[in-house]
Amino acid sequence: MSKKITIEPITRVEGHGKVTIKLDDQNNIEQTRLHIVEFRGFERFVQGRPYWEAPVLVQRLCGICPVSHHLAAAKALDVIVGAGTGKGLTPTGEKMRRLMHYGQFFQSHALHFFHLSSPDFLFGFDADPEMRNVVALTRSEEFRELAIQGVMMRKFGQEVIRLTAGKKIHGTGAIPGGINKNLSPEERDFLLKGDDPLNARKMVEWAQSAVDLFKDYYKKNREFVDHFSRFPSNHLSLVRDDGALDIYHGLLKAVDSEGRVIFDNVDYQEYLDFIGEEVRSWSYMKFPFIKSLGKEKGWYRVGPLARLNTCDFIPSPQAQKEFEIFKDHTGGKPNNFCLHTHWARLIETLYAAEMIKELLEDPDLQGNDLVTKGEKKKEGVGLIEAPRGTLFHHYSINDNDLIDMANLIVSTTNNNEPMNRAVNYVAKARMTGKEKITEPMMNAVEVVIRAYDPCLSCATHALGKMPLEMELLDVDGKLIDYKRSRQ
Amino acid sequence: MSKNFVEFIIDGKKCMSEEGKYIIDAAKDNGVYIPTLCNIEGLKPKGACRICSVLVNGRPMTACTTPVTSGMEIENNIAQIEGIRKTIIEALFVEGNHFCPSCEKSGSCELQALAYKYKMLVPRFPFMFPIREVDASNPKLIKDHNRCILCKRCIRGIRDENDRSYFAFKKRGHEVEININHEMANKMTDRLARESMDICPVGALLIKESGFRTPIGQRKYDHLPIGSDIEK
Ligand code: SF4
Ligand code: FES
Repeated sequence: MSKKITIEPITRVEGHGKVTIKLDDQNNIEQTRLHIVEFRGFERFVQGRPYWEAPVLVQRLCGICPVSHHLAAAKALDVIVGAGTGKGLTPTGEKMRRLMHYGQFFQSHALHFFHLSSPDFLFGFDADPEMRNVVALTRSEEFRELAIQGVMMRKFGQEVIRLTAGKKIHGTGAIPGGINKNLSPEERDFLLKGDDPLNARKMVEWAQSAVDLFKDYYKKNREFVDHFSRFPSNHLSLVRDDGALDIYHGLLKAVDSEGRVIFDNVDYQEYLDFIGEEVRSWSYMKFPFIKSLGKEKGWYRVGPLARLNTCDFIPSPQAQKEFEIFKDHTGGKPNNFCLHTHWARLIETLYAAEMIKELLEDPDLQGNDLVTKGEKKKEGVGLIEAPRGTLFHHYSINDNDLIDMANLIVSTTNNNEPMNRAVNYVAKARMTGKEKITEPMMNAVEVVIRAYDPCLSCATHALGKMPLEMELLDVDGKLIDYKRSRQ
Repeated sequence: MSKNFVEFIIDGKKCMSEEGKYIIDAAKDNGVYIPTLCNIEGLKPKGACRICSVLVNGRPMTACTTPVTSGMEIENNIAQIEGIRKTIIEALFVEGNHFCPSCEKSGSCELQALAYKYKMLVPRFPFMFPIREVDASNPKLIKDHNRCILCKRCIRGIRDENDRSYFAFKKRGHEVEININHEMANKMTDRLARESMDICPVGALLIKESGFRTPIGQRKYDHLPIGSDIEK
């Protein structure tokens, strides 16, 4: 007789998911699955709408990183209006978009680390869940300062977004072929020279101290961090043509777990030749794979870890230094430790802060040449490195400028198989032979999913509001254990 | 010719205007805002939307079609009238498909601005979710029937040199919809296309390939509510 354990919904990830763990009659793990129960249908909503509406409409997928969708759609439409990709835009157009993107990277990563993940590190993974949240951080003598830092870092990122997109959430800055505003000298000075702590210099300082915090934690908990979950995988991301980390634009690159190149220098307009999507009956979320490796072996990771595994260097000095330490740890080979994703994420946060600071000094941001156009095309693909990983937007239009096809592969979808593997890894390690559900068991599964910072519904939910449920079912679906915790 | 001036009262305030002016214009001259949707300055009033309803000597009348007379007592900003206006706005919202978040008129839309002014949070009536099409066959203008509130401003305001209208209603009853005269529209100038988009109080007429050019912060109602330019 096999039994099924269900954990739902997972707390402190954006959106919600459900984990079922099926035991066989020996209480060994027979199968684990991370079910994504959301079905959002944006690919359908956008059909029949004028193409220039897409960046504004599709960003509503998400309340955490809408800028990624906004920009990926705009990049796809750059191709359609004939502005092309890469250097096709005016300097002001491209740099304003970059600033917007760095701003959102910074705020999203800060949110993830400080609000969602740091309670696990600071209070311990097995601490009372009542304690293990950001509100408790603000109440504790020891960590209050840190919690405030997190809040202010997120706020700064949001201000960058507001000044480039018009609004902190769901703005309209990027339009096909460019941007609808520049950055006034006053706006620039506000970000560059604002009162402490809300200025770019302080953000670089705080981002550096966050990396240091993780390294310190790691030194003391190396065993735990390294062994929590690790498994080899392929890694995919955009990389700048000279091999640098670039989250706004680049060429597609994939490497295997040993760092061998699977493909490189791929123009993402051709992504369909390289990436396939598999549908499995039990999940609304598709399973992308690298075509040359096939469905079984072609799955890959995206996100902070994958990006640092595919790029050769980081084009900002402090982050580059941290990158070297990070790379040293695995002897230059790809890093396959799930919890190191947090480390990679913090290095990227530092990179984003440094890029913001550098870009703000660039007079191109005050330019007035905002939009370009060229020969119109019927189809366009836009890729961007969203905080959670590579994001694909693909549109085609009809003769009357209405969208007739949209295909989106969101970051979390790319990470679908890796998250499933990670759950399987943790479940095998912690649940084998057990028939009762315990809080640490539930939390372990959550922690490993949270490392991917999944955006399961791509929608915002209040922190800590979602209860965790776990069900243990036998082979006939009969409930044999049930646990519910936290409100 | 000397003009005849009359005195009248709006919400207790003594006002003065030329005799024969419509209440809406007379109120404006005196710094009083009465909302409009179907009305547009310079065009013959239609009295179609009823959003300008006021109480004239105790009876509801449309301010855009009623001339002001001496001694008239008009009630405008009172709960009863505001209730009527809010109801009309809610009815318009549920009757079409008005998805402000992705509409390029958002921030400059009169319907949206009035919804904010009258504090509509969510309509009290069930949404009808009609199935309506987007007609993008014209080279310059898109007609989005989902958003049209049938105010006829485009029909009345957008005309060629022979005073022929580019727009007309077609079909009847609840199926009525705005139609572009294709022959004329193919010759439509960019200026007239722009005027069509501007005359439409909502986002039902859109110039192709130019959406979202106005950044947030520079749209019509980004800083002050509709009517602030009139109210004193
Ligand atoms: S298209 Fe616009 S102006 Fe014309 S009737 Fe409809 S809402 Fe009024
Ligand atoms: S504005 Fe008077 S009825 Fe429409």
